[in-house]
Amino acid sequence: MAIALETAHPPLAGKHLRQQTSRDDRIKLGFMAVIGLYLVIALGAPLFVMLSKSLSTYRFDLTAYEFQVSDGTGANWGPVVTADALNRQAGAVAEADLSTNSDGRLAATKFFPEFSFRSPVNYRIRGVDEDAAFLVGSTLEKGTAWREYDSGTFRRVVLRPARTIGLENFSNYFSTPALAQSIYNSVLMAAISTVVTVSIAFALAYGLTRSCMPLKGLFRGILTIPILVPSLLPGIALVYLFGNQGVFKDWLLGYSIYGPIGIVIGSVFFTLPHAFLIILTALSVADARHYEAAASLKASKWRTFRTVTVPGARYGIVSAAFVVFTLVITDFGLPKVIGGQYGMLAVDIYKQVIGQQNFEMGAVVSVILLVPAVLAFAVDRRMQKRQVALLSARAVPYAPKPNVRVDAPCFAFACLVSLFILGMIAMCQVAAVVKFWPYDLTLTTKNFAFDLMDGGGWAAYGNSIRLALLTALFGSLVVFAGAYMVEKADGFRFGRGLFHFLAMMPMAVPGMVLGLAYIFFFNNPANPLNPIYGTMTILVVCTVTHFYTVAHLTALTALKQMDPEFESVAASLKQPFHRLFFRVTVPVCLPAILNIAIYLFVNAMTTVSAVVFLYATDTKLASVAVLNMDDAGDIAPAAAMGMMIFYTNVAAKLIHALIARGLLARTQAWR
Amino acid sequence: MRHALSIEPTPTSLPRAADPAAPYLEITDLWKAYGDFVALRDISLSIARGEFICFLGPSGCGKTTLLRAVAGLDLQSQGTILQGGRNISTLPASSRDYGIVFQSYALFPNLTIEQNIAFGLENTGRSKAAVASRVSELLETVGLSAHGKKYPAQLSGGQQQRIALARAIAISPGLLLLDEPLSALDAKVRVHLRHEIKALQRKLGVTTIMVTHDQEEALAMADRIVVMNHGIIEQVGSPTEIYRYPETLFVADFIGETNQFPARVVRGGEVEIGHSAFCCATDGFAAGQAATAVVRPVDIIPHGAHAHAVNAIDRPATPQNLIDAEVREMEFLGMFWRTRLTAPRLGERTLVADFSVNAVRRLSIETGGVIQVEIPRERLLLYPRSA
Amino acid sequence: MNRRMLFMLAGAVSAVLPTIAFAETQLTVYTAVEAVDLDRYKATFEKAHPDIKINWVRDSTGVMTAKLLAEKDNPQADVVWGLAATSLLLLKTEGMLESYAPKGVEALDKKFVDKDNPPSWVGMDAYVAALCYNTVEGEKLGLTAPASWEDLTKPEYKGHIVMPNPASSGTGFLDVSGWMQMWGEEKAWDFMDKLHENISAYTHSGSKPCKMAGAGEAVIGVSFEFPGAKAKSAGAPIDIIFPSEGSGWEAEATAIIAGTANLEAAKTLVDWSITKEANEMYNVGYAVVAYPGVAKEVEHLPSDIASRMIDNDFEWAANNRTTILKEWQKRYDAKSEPKS
Repeated sequence: MAIALETAHPPLAGKHLRQQTSRDDRIKLGFMAVIGLYLVIALGAPLFVMLSKSLSTYRFDLTAYEFQVSDGTGANWGPVVTADALNRQAGAVAEADLSTNSDGRLAATKFFPEFSFRSPVNYRIRGVDEDAAFLVGSTLEKGTAWREYDSGTFRRVVLRPARTIGLENFSNYFSTPALAQSIYNSVLMAAISTVVTVSIAFALAYGLTRSCMPLKGLFRGILTIPILVPSLLPGIALVYLFGNQGVFKDWLLGYSIYGPIGIVIGSVFFTLPHAFLIILTALSVADARHYEAAASLKASKWRTFRTVTVPGARYGIVSAAFVVFTLVITDFGLPKVIGGQYGMLAVDIYKQVIGQQNFEMGAVVSVILLVPAVLAFAVDRRMQKRQVALLSARAVPYAPKPNVRVDAPCFAFACLVSLFILGMIAMCQVAAVVKFWPYDLTLTTKNFAFDLMDGGGWAAYGNSIRLALLTALFGSLVVFAGAYMVEKADGFRFGRGLFHFLAMMPMAVPGMVLGLAYIFFFNNPANPLNPIYGTMTILVVCTVTHFYTVAHLTALTALKQMDPEFESVAASLKQPFHRLFFRVTVPVCLPAILNIAIYLFVNAMTTVSAVVFLYATDTKLASVAVLNMDDAGDIAPAAAMGMMIFYTNVAAKLIHALIARGLLARTQAWR
Repeated sequence: MRHALSIEPTPTSLPRAADPAAPYLEITDLWKAYGDFVALRDISLSIARGEFICFLGPSGCGKTTLLRAVAGLDLQSQGTILQGGRNISTLPASSRDYGIVFQSYALFPNLTIEQNIAFGLENTGRSKAAVASRVSELLETVGLSAHGKKYPAQLSGGQQQRIALARAIAISPGLLLLDEPLSALDAKVRVHLRHEIKALQRKLGVTTIMVTHDQEEALAMADRIVVMNHGIIEQVGSPTEIYRYPETLFVADFIGETNQFPARVVRGGEVEIGHSAFCCATDGFAAGQAATAVVRPVDIIPHGAHAHAVNAIDRPATPQNLIDAEVREMEFLGMFWRTRLTAPRLGERTLVADFSVNAVRRLSIETGGVIQVEIPRERLLLYPRSA
Repeated sequence: MNRRMLFMLAGAVSAVLPTIAFAETQLTVYTAVEAVDLDRYKATFEKAHPDIKINWVRDSTGVMTAKLLAEKDNPQADVVWGLAATSLLLLKTEGMLESYAPKGVEALDKKFVDKDNPPSWVGMDAYVAALCYNTVEGEKLGLTAPASWEDLTKPEYKGHIVMPNPASSGTGFLDVSGWMQMWGEEKAWDFMDKLHENISAYTHSGSKPCKMAGAGEAVIGVSFEFPGAKAKSAGAPIDIIFPSEGSGWEAEATAIIAGTANLEAAKTLVDWSITKEANEMYNVGYAVVAYPGVAKEVEHLPSDIASRMIDNDFEWAANNRTTILKEWQKRYDAKSEPKS
């Protein structure tokens, strides 16, 4: 518009008009602020606190302690010297060794080379400020008052480090070869699993969309089964199938299932449905006209596949790869069960926090784990932006023609993969009902007597159902209302952009990292939200946040399909937005809302990583019980609990289908 | 029709200017900018009560932006809008007084036709019975009484359009805004609905603004047309004014069809096109000034195969504007013939002329023949030529 | 005041009184004792003290310790009953424990009581490092059962031993600290270097190696006696072996969390926790208990376990934990990818 730009427009130099806000606008703004605040509290603030935790380091501050030594009589005292001065004199502790973790201890006797156990010499020690802490034996002492000890007791005096801010945790991390190795391992496992999963998923989706093989509906159902079980379950199944006593142990040609092989097979199992569904969608929207064009140009099958099929599904493949990569690199249950000695980042966090109570290092690993996930996320976002043009094209649905040379291999492959999935589930089922694998194979129900095991018993199962229901209810509410604000509120562009960004973030935040961040943030008496720590509420908040992104995108897609002018019409008719929202928006989007609810339910049943740090005694969960029982070596009950989760999710899916059908018949008559 | 449709006075339309001749809607010095891009540039416009106004222009000209500013859906950057004497410049949409019909109709898919129409009536203190009777009254008005219980998806496009209209007028707004209401329909339904909407508007007497890019629609329906281009108003006028006396080359070109020739003013009342002089009004032009001369194909008068003024079928010719032309192509368009002529006097430029079927028969015009045509001096329009 | 009003007042008071008299104190008790034992412990205690109700918060030792430390600034627990002494020492150094000498503490074996006076923790029972040896798998592979720690370094066991990772399991650390206290650091590292060659996996849980041995996933599990006895009862073909050199051990102990609002009730619980009655209760599962002379033989376990326990210095273990684990990870975690 050259004309528009040519002339200056002085009248616009002044300030622009601002619309008076209506009551509706204020309500909407308030709503958005509330949900935005929810995301800030449930995501932004905990992550920030965790980041700052990763920077909090511990160091022995030698200038903070003063000593006095008596002569041989034990009565006459020498001059007051700081530990720092003594250290410089004696050269006892190198500068680098002063850096430590929160549990570090430094023996005071190190500063006194002439120290002798049971000598008559007495020692005095005090801090120069109130915070300087030391232990006598295991008793904590603090403060500036002089304390006097005989040499026998002084032997037991150890200094405690002070907290500072710095990057030492990170340099420590990278100088520990085992931990740094985990980064390589995690990326390698995630990359291999991604390639394998996406290839298999593509082949399956291709078969289902481009061939005329039979039983497509059945295969579709079977291929989504892994979503319904916790990620640990394939680990357990693999132990029974390929472990040292495994049925098919010989298939591994002497390699151990504990380690990379197990991690890859298990990862492929639990990520396959995700990749499959994404690529299936991508292939379903392909345009038949491209195939007709290819056929009229007499392009070979292979050429058509390379030039039409693959590019058409390109974005789906990238998306699927991103999802699989993130799932594998952030999953903690599977490598913990089957990973053996193969170090993975997610397991490192668990080891650091649970095994060594080293929260700072746990935070460091969390921050490092965020990097690949965020990178993958950023790449995917960039790719997705280019996708718009492809989707807006008016496509003619492609209808495959029967061709035995294509259909038969597709069918065979789908059978093979289905067999693998069903085999894993069947193995778990067997494990759950056998008395003592592999020595006593009589059937029993004793593995379901969860109350006699670690993990929380049947109460944990009840808790899981409660959590899943609350998450589904509360989550669909928050997510849908939030997506509505992003999509349908006019104005507040900045706020909406920020909100959308926050909503996309959970995708890139591993569950463990989120859980750990929650401890740091909520378990702080200064935090007014502290009372929710250790309750069902925090589990619900955490689970909703953990699975926010996919639910948000689902809601957004549904809302985008609504006419953008509904809000304008309602405003012109002087109807408040909430009337439109409840009478039109919600009923029209009901199928999407139900999908969000079942998605949240199923995931709340199976999630482990985010809640493993957050459950309390009366909020133990079935999925965590699977982990804990497996951890304690009670593999059969773990499998049994895993199967309980599976049954529940299958039932939930069936109920969802029934409700959806019933409700849709009533509210979607117009379709 | 037994139920006369009444406009219920609404509180927002009460404060009216004392002077009945005062404009109902008055837009003054309105600007709209999106960042650096200026979408509306210093728009001023007055609309009288009960008028049917069309905003006409190519896509991107700012017509929808202007409509949305009036509706309060996209606030203008600067400028004031008065409606019925009330300053609504910065009011939120819900505090203004209008009904709106969008191109997509935006009917609520999960509500029945009745529920759609009742949407704006409920929640306003009316009794259920009052709402129901008003809905049936509106349904009858738009001729869809039998379809009240159906869902929008079960109706045809034209029917949906009428429901959207009924919903918009249900609350008896002071102003009716129509955003390309007919563009999604096929040609026949479109022509039919034009008349219906116009008739309904007449009956209700509601001030109406319709946005359209279809000049035929605007010419057929509007009391006055606002022709817009690049964010400015090119011309405001009645359909005949706009058509017969386009004030700018853009309007001339956009409304109807034109032949355009580079021209130079020779002296008062005379211009040079090609190598010949033609008579026309040259008000506002200096001698020697370059200009663009415009004549519409339908305004060209055929005079038959012989160079005699007496053969003119319509009226006496202006000798100077009579030219010999060879018929190069003829295209039968049903109601008339479109011909492409070349004339030595026009420097061999193609001149498009539309001749009635009658004229072609009576004057035996055929491809390859040479005919004499007249460019009537009052239909030859001059516009400044931009360098 | 007329009589009628007085009468009403008396009525009101008597209506309130019983509830005051029988008001129970609720104690939040953190524990890591076996899930099976929880109800029994609770019932036995509440029978003795009906006015105190126990609310268990149970988890594995590692999780419980992490939880307590995470809640350092805002403790949720009143009492810890049944957590590793090493963990309690860690809490003590953070100033989280209320020191208290329970009634009758002098009767306990000194090994089971915190060295300070008044003590910050008092022991209940011990779990003792032991080997679980799968006889069926051993026979299949033609192995002989090990009799000592030293035996574990024999090349024939290569790839057949699992042990808990000391960095993530308290049991793993008690093994390592036991070896160090028995042999001195240098010899202990030498031993572990050789042992590492035979290890097929380091587990995250202390009882898992024994259960893996029980299920035939490994032949030898370095673990402790309790899960061994449990697995054997469940039908696992294993022998529980106490190495001839002696065994590291860990005490399960009780402590009061500093700042508890229910100090009196907490003291009552700790008092009771060291009684003979309580120790008899522990003895159902644990072969070694803190009260001398109480322990009776436990099925599948030898009667002389107590004599196999080394002289464990918890304080030394706690003070050197960070250094030992750092060294351990440097030596074994770095090359702990599976050997193919």
